[in-house]
Amino acid sequence: MTNMAENNRAVIGLKGKFASSLLEIKEFRGEVTVTVKKEDIIAICKYLKEELGYNMLTDVTAVDYYGKTPRFMLVYNLYSIPAKDRIRIKAPVDESDTSIASATCLWNSANFLEREVFDLFGINFTGHPDLRRILMADDWVGHPLRKDYPLQGPGREPYKGRLS
Amino acid sequence: MGVDQQPLGDNIITTSLDGLVNWARKSSIWPMTFGLACCAIEMMATGASHHDLDRFGIIFRASPRQSDCIIIAGTVTKKMLPVIKTVYEQMPEPKWVVAMGACACSGGIFDTYSVVQGIDEALPVDVYIPGCPPRPEALLFGLMKLQDKIMKERNSFGSSIGLGERLEPAA
Repeated sequence: MTNMAENNRAVIGLKGKFASSLLEIKEFRGEVTVTVKKEDIIAICKYLKEELGYNMLTDVTAVDYYGKTPRFMLVYNLYSIPAKDRIRIKAPVDESDTSIASATCLWNSANFLEREVFDLFGINFTGHPDLRRILMADDWVGHPLRKDYPLQGPGREPYKGRLS
Repeated sequence: MGVDQQPLGDNIITTSLDGLVNWARKSSIWPMTFGLACCAIEMMATGASHHDLDRFGIIFRASPRQSDCIIIAGTVTKKMLPVIKTVYEQMPEPKWVVAMGACACSGGIFDTYSVVQGIDEALPVDVYIPGCPPRPEALLFGLMKLQDKIMKERNSFGSSIGLGERLEPAA
């Protein structure tokens, strides 16, 4: 852990209130990333929004670490308009229980962002008011951005490279 | 020709009814205003004043009911396919399909789960125009090929008054 992450106001605040929930604190090229337990994601986000002024949720996305446990990593990018600084919160979610609490109770922008993550990764956001597909067709089967989803779609011979 | 043109003078021509109907159809191809991706930009450039599709009688129509040609200009996603099928079904006969660009012909570089690998999986394509995207000259050439194809059709007049089927040339 470098100096910059130690001095970050969000890291100082989170260490004081949620020390047992923090899994990893990392700084890379000026970007501070805090990995937290998924059970405390709403409590932590609520604290960041209401106490520290991270009032804008710029993006919710996910990463599929296929073959590892826990398999998925939820990523929340927050921005504080008054303080003009950013923080990234990550929360691991395993394949055996792909549910995580929805952040729609804090930021309305989480609505569409979480629908996208649900559509493409199959993460179930509990408490989401309207959790249905947003990009793929309504009758689509599967979640295309998962690493075990065939690139050319199910039912097609996979591309094997140029034959000539 | 079996008709002696000489006594008819310069103001009268003789032709077959099929030839007359085909000539009318090929001289007024009205494509559906329907763009999907970057090819649509090139299609608009072709329709604009520099290349000017109007001189071929090609006028973009904003309704499928008034169109007799659809230019599939761009990448067709699986989500978009039902929309294209609906638009095509709403067009009155006779109708022609032009696949413009690599994506509409074969899926192009998008060999993925979400993209239809060529519009010919769903619609009967008359002319394929390769290119990524094709230049306006290529689109013009493709539309002229379509005109040639329309001129080769047989029983165009008969089929339009309910006598038999319209016969399209084999190749």
